[in-house]
Amino acid sequence: MSDSDGASAASAVALAGGAKGGRTAGARVALIGPPNSGKTTLFNRLTGLRQKVANFPGVTVERHTGVALLADGREVPIIDLPGLYGLSPRSEDEQIAYDVLTGRRGDTGKPRAILLVLDSTNLARHLMLAAPILALGIPTLVILNMADDLRNRGGRLDLKALSSELGAPVALVSARQGEGIDQVFEYLAGQMPKPLPVQLPILQDVPKCREWAGRVGCEARYRAPAPPKWTRRLDAVFLHPVVGVLVFLAVVVGVFQTIFSVADPAKDGVDWLIHLSSNWVASILPDSLVRSLLLDGIWNGVGSVVVFLPQVLLLFLFIGILEDSGYLARAALIADRTMARVGLQGKSFIPLLSAYACAVPAIMATRTIENKRDRMATILIAPFMTCSARLPVYTLIIAAFIPNRPVLGSFLGARALAMLALYVLGFLAAVLTARVLKSSILKSGRAPFLLEMPSYRWPTLQSLGLRLLDRSAVFLRRAGTVILLVMVILWVMAHLPLIHGHAPGIDRSLAGTLGRTIEPAIKPLGLNWKVGIGLITSLAARETIVATLGSIYGMDPESNQLGLERALEHDLTFGGALALLVFFAFAMQCISTIAVVRRETGGWKWPVLQFTYMGVLAYVGAFVAFHLIR
Amino acid sequence: MLPKTPKPASPPLDKDFRRAHTETVLQLTGNKTLATLVDLARGDAGILEEINLPGEEARRLMELGFLPGMRITAGWSAPGGDPRVFQVDGSEVALRRETARHLRVRLDPPKRPL
Repeated sequence: MSDSDGASAASAVALAGGAKGGRTAGARVALIGPPNSGKTTLFNRLTGLRQKVANFPGVTVERHTGVALLADGREVPIIDLPGLYGLSPRSEDEQIAYDVLTGRRGDTGKPRAILLVLDSTNLARHLMLAAPILALGIPTLVILNMADDLRNRGGRLDLKALSSELGAPVALVSARQGEGIDQVFEYLAGQMPKPLPVQLPILQDVPKCREWAGRVGCEARYRAPAPPKWTRRLDAVFLHPVVGVLVFLAVVVGVFQTIFSVADPAKDGVDWLIHLSSNWVASILPDSLVRSLLLDGIWNGVGSVVVFLPQVLLLFLFIGILEDSGYLARAALIADRTMARVGLQGKSFIPLLSAYACAVPAIMATRTIENKRDRMATILIAPFMTCSARLPVYTLIIAAFIPNRPVLGSFLGARALAMLALYVLGFLAAVLTARVLKSSILKSGRAPFLLEMPSYRWPTLQSLGLRLLDRSAVFLRRAGTVILLVMVILWVMAHLPLIHGHAPGIDRSLAGTLGRTIEPAIKPLGLNWKVGIGLITSLAARETIVATLGSIYGMDPESNQLGLERALEHDLTFGGALALLVFFAFAMQCISTIAVVRRETGGWKWPVLQFTYMGVLAYVGAFVAFHLIR
Repeated sequence: MLPKTPKPASPPLDKDFRRAHTETVLQLTGNKTLATLVDLARGDAGILEEINLPGEEARRLMELGFLPGMRITAGWSAPGGDPRVFQVDGSEVALRRETARHLRVRLDPPKRPL
């Protein structure tokens, strides 16, 4: 007894602060476990951070660090890792987890302790991972997560017996509900007694490990919970050969229809607020350059992007529901055949789906794809998927040029249909590009497709709410930094060179000259120099074109009266508008995406190739669209 | 194509249905009653005998629960029957047909309800 107390006291000192020998930088506690066992949910609980969680395997593809604050004020650094099935890494994300665990990443050193997170509803199989982890010889707390699920479905076990069988302390928790989390904090504070070490099975032998896990489970009187009834019932609907496809289509159409019908009033509301505040600013400031910068640059420019916040949030709400419920894994299953036909696999589908939000996390998510060439192909096609930054551009142009007529009764309007068509266009471009890549430079053998299907769960209001809050912050931060900066530069360029101490007309300014210089290149697409300026600024981020047009048309008193939509309709032909939409569907106008592709592929070769290819495709596509419809 | 059988109201997958199909396969394979995972229709179960795949792939399958001696039940699939979800060792894992045909199973007639 006194022996084990001594051991835990020592580990307490080592965990918090690392005062007793060793490097402080390495004094980390690593969270590890099989995919989708709830490591990140627990991490967020322990550290108060908000890393992304969702209900499918492979959400975390990077290591994240945070600090757990103990009751006595001490701090324990925690590191969250991608999921592992065993200690033989195959994909990039597994390699990261493996390297951190074994101390192969120079910057972290070996972790001081491990929190091994296992799914208590599937203990026998998950315990297989316990053998190689415990064999590392690092102090380990075995955390059995999803205690609520286990109880609700009638499963149970003897924690004491399990602890002595494993030779490690055990805690039964529900990271989602917060139940039992104090036990984890107790362990981190060094208040848990350490059981005696035990004999472990031969690690390289998976059947032996499973046999050992089964025996341990048996000794711990583990009673497996009943099969998840609702998951089976829902799969009978969602994976039904006919009903499943209909449900899928209804969901997709529903999403687009709501983006126009529900989000539009909200958008008008935001628009009205911006208008009101702009009038107020105009009334309190004297007519000066500052007033002009504020009104033209910020209110007309940044403001015309901010009005699309409701639309973007609605899209993220839908994505959140799909991800948190577990439907995404089923969608990947349904899409696998299509993916196989173009030479990819269902696993590529999950990063591609998340590219509907933003290509940057999607490109990072490709780390879960074991096959290097499949991964490269997925990275190269991800920016074709319609990301949320395209949404403001599409919405603006569609609202300006397409009348709001019902197509299928009140179920589907013309605008929603046009939007849907643009999403399909992006998807087709991605799929065809994949096919070309996979049959030429990225040819490879077919990698096996293994995807674990998570049980369905109710997305919690809290988790959805936090997602929307985080997304709003990201959206507004972009508007307040990148777009604001571009707007200020644009405003300066629109007011130079000074003629007799006065700003020239926009068409004779520096910005106007720039637009006119590239006009010959975009004239064949039916676009004018004002749109040309927008195309240049949108290289920073796609939605900047909306801000740019808002600002430019706002500076012209005539078009300022009309409002952005009407001014655009006045200035562009229908064919030109269509060409602009096609251009945005294909072009890779996003600095962050280029940067992340460079990082993930380790050089400039692929991003340059990708940018050129997408640019050429965009130009040709826009040219064809303009000449077909004109 | 699989024979269409009338669908009872949300049957538990492990229960006795698609029995006709199982028996056909039993007859076809004679005394050995060996088949591959591909031969299992929804609701059929088999005991895994061996995995005819290279070491790395077999290892990953085993880590996911596909171990010799385990009972595997075929579940729902994507439209067209490929890939299919298999229930094994407490979890559900989707496999493509091209992988599933390398997993040999001994058919395990579903347990009769008492």
